[in-house]
Amino acid sequence: MSDLPKSEEILKDVEHAPPKKGWMNIPVDIRKGMYCYAANPKSLNALGFPNVHEWNPKDEDWNLPENWQEILHKGFKERLDRFRSVKVFMDICVRCGACADKCHYFIGTGDPKNMPVLRAELLRSVYRNDFTLAGKLLGKIAGARKMDEDVLKEWWYYLFQCSECRRCSVFCPYGIDTAEITIFGRELLNLLGLNIDWIATPVANCYRTGNHLGIQPHAFKDMLDFFVEDIEDITGINVEPQFNKKGADILFITPSGDVFADPGTYTCMGYMMLFKYLKDKYGLDVTWSTYASEGGNFGFFTSHETMKRLNSKMYAEAKRLGVKWILGGECGHMWRVINQYMDTMNGPADFLEEPVNPITGTRFENAKSTKMVHISEFTADLIKHGKLDLDPSRNDDLKVTFHDSCNPARGMGMFDEPRYVIRSVCNQFYDMPRNTIRENTFCCGSGSGLNAGEDMELRMTGGLPRANAVKFVHEKHGVNMLACVCAIDRAAFPDLMSYWVPEVDVTGLTELVANALILPGEKQRETNLRGEPLPGMEE
Amino acid sequence: MNEKYLFSLMSVVLLFLLAYAGVEVAGLQVLFGVIIPYMALIVFLAGFAYRVIQWAQTPVPYKIPTTGGQQKSLPWIQHAAIDCPDTKAQVVGRMAMEVLLFRSLFRNLVFKKEGDKLAYRMELFLWLGAIVFHYAFLVVTIRHLRFFAEPVPFFVTGLEKVDSFLQLGLPVVYMSGIALLAGVLYLAIRRIYVGHTRYISLASDFFPLFLILAIAVTGIMMRYFTKVDIPTVKELTMGLVTFRPAVPEGIGTLFFVHLFLVSVLLAYFPFSKLMHMGGVFFSPTRNMTCNTRAERHVNPWNYPVPVHTYEEYEDDFREHMIEAGLPVEKKE
Ligand code: SF4
Ligand code: SF4
Repeated sequence: MSDLPKSEEILKDVEHAPPKKGWMNIPVDIRKGMYCYAANPKSLNALGFPNVHEWNPKDEDWNLPENWQEILHKGFKERLDRFRSVKVFMDICVRCGACADKCHYFIGTGDPKNMPVLRAELLRSVYRNDFTLAGKLLGKIAGARKMDEDVLKEWWYYLFQCSECRRCSVFCPYGIDTAEITIFGRELLNLLGLNIDWIATPVANCYRTGNHLGIQPHAFKDMLDFFVEDIEDITGINVEPQFNKKGADILFITPSGDVFADPGTYTCMGYMMLFKYLKDKYGLDVTWSTYASEGGNFGFFTSHETMKRLNSKMYAEAKRLGVKWILGGECGHMWRVINQYMDTMNGPADFLEEPVNPITGTRFENAKSTKMVHISEFTADLIKHGKLDLDPSRNDDLKVTFHDSCNPARGMGMFDEPRYVIRSVCNQFYDMPRNTIRENTFCCGSGSGLNAGEDMELRMTGGLPRANAVKFVHEKHGVNMLACVCAIDRAAFPDLMSYWVPEVDVTGLTELVANALILPGEKQRETNLRGEPLPGMEE
Repeated sequence: MNEKYLFSLMSVVLLFLLAYAGVEVAGLQVLFGVIIPYMALIVFLAGFAYRVIQWAQTPVPYKIPTTGGQQKSLPWIQHAAIDCPDTKAQVVGRMAMEVLLFRSLFRNLVFKKEGDKLAYRMELFLWLGAIVFHYAFLVVTIRHLRFFAEPVPFFVTGLEKVDSFLQLGLPVVYMSGIALLAGVLYLAIRRIYVGHTRYISLASDFFPLFLILAIAVTGIMMRYFTKVDIPTVKELTMGLVTFRPAVPEGIGTLFFVHLFLVSVLLAYFPFSKLMHMGGVFFSPTRNMTCNTRAERHVNPWNYPVPVHTYEEYEDDFREHMIEAGLPVEKKE
């Protein structure tokens, strides 16, 4: 982050007034710090993507296949015939501008092409030229333009500056979802081999090893065993996670990021402690899987087909192991995929049972077809029925706020379950201003596969609205902990916070739960899961 | 930028002159009073139907509603029935809020940088402008039904009463006409003067505004200033609806201009963004239930894809798995 301007400067300098020149006359400038590196051909070949080639976004020549325009046109046409969303969204935008200032990338960068409506117009202009009468007859005056290499580069640059957060779609009078247009646009770019590496390589890893990070089964077990030792040091309890166990009650799937990097690791430890508690107290049998060891799905950021290919492992593994239903960990886009795509793509899951919490008897009616329950729904239900022994005072050093991750917010509507859980395990909770949470929530700035290292300026500017709201509650209430239910958040927020609000740390929900959770037979705890002294235990 | 609205403005002026000259100079009353309106109506109906059928025939592979409120989950958590509808009836509620009250525009929060704070404030002018414009347009359209039915339907006369309750002497002043003019002017001025809206606007965004402006102005002119002879106009319009078209003597040129501009609007409609009127009903982020985990949605073109099976995975890693004590299906 060293070559980034200082945060105060970014905030001071960002300009939102539109330029004098019309947007079609401003050529794209692919700027360092704002884009991600091109996909490694090896990763693309692993899944058999078309037109894989070496290229560099900075080069004049992208080594495109000779008939690339034809490929794009055909791809566009096919999708117009397959997705009503794409067709309707291409046709009905009235350019009212209601969405214009709703995008965190526009707010953070001031670049007019980051206004959702213009991001969509980048594609729509070509649509008009290729598929509408007015565009064919009137050309530019009808807002139409021909596809050429500059337009393609512009597409690429701005489609990878959209985190598919759907904030714009909340405010559009017709529900036009620029995320949907980005999903579609990236699918087209993938026809030409133009993915970014931060997406393509995790996808290839996930396909082969079951998770984005490419952790092989034995290493996955090793990593969890390492947490077992840590937990034993802190609580005196051996939590004994189970792997690939046939006949378990529940299969648990969470993003592999939590196995790998702080502070997600503490959330991962939290899951293990919760399952141990439930096993000892109520005999609940939960298994992890090394084959389906990834909740996240970077295929979602590639194409619908890739999403389906990666997602298929969840049901396949649940079926193989013969579990009753699936429990899903804390992740954002994973939950959009599960909530809105999985059953349609890879269902029906008729080999599973309608999910019932065996401890409380609660039927999760809202998951009765997909048969997958969110850990926040599950934990909230347990707490509501008084099934967890909790000591919230162990979190008394924390003043917590909660970030609604984009996908659970606008692709699922999960707002009150996590808040109920936090309020039950922490004594001090403060929401950020209403205009920046729940359905109005702002992206972390790194969603949809953009959390690479090389696009740090994009991430820090895109995360500005979120960070600014955190700063507000930090200054007002002394908030020092940002809780979230998303692994990308846990990977992205530490950077964002240290850039904008260094006094605030980041945690997953289940870490907070586990800190408060009193395991049967545990020793007097002196530290939290991070090894920091508990309140009242400081020397 | 101004080439965009100048182009649109000039087009409307030209259309105006075309009709004016056509009737005044060339005496083409039949063309502008009968043939073009019929053609425009045909284009409108066929075009509108074509577009809607096209949308309706395009499959909806995934259920992708934007959830704007709390999902229905645990029984003790308050569910947002309108913003995150769980049943078809609730979707009807959401769509009604959207179509009748412009719910999403009502959410508008404009962003402003205030020192080192970012603020997002409620801003309802666009919502208000849109509501005034659309409802005024609706009322004006319904009022015009008096020209196309004999006797005049009760709801038309009823509406006229309400519309004119602010009696300002004679002739009766209809608020809807004024509101339409105000609404369309506001939307046009906003498009020209609000920076971002101007920046994203196309000529095709200005054209319908100027066209509707011209329609409203010619209408108001006829009604209050040139005092067109309404019974004679009705003779013409009734002739059109009963398919016995005839052009009676003594109708001012302005009427033909008005009718021509309306015809242009009708014919232009299906090829333009004005189709948002039909499209809003087809938006999958609004018109679907959010019970996506409770009820399976079927994708009509779902096709099998190559996957990496567990067996292939175990073949890849079997030795390591056995060594680490992980269960395997096949021992070798
Ligand atoms: S809010 Fe919707 S209709 Fe308005 S400009 Fe944005 S996408 Fe277009
Ligand atoms: S989906 Fe989010 S990131 Fe993409 S354009 Fe809309 S607001 Fe911006």
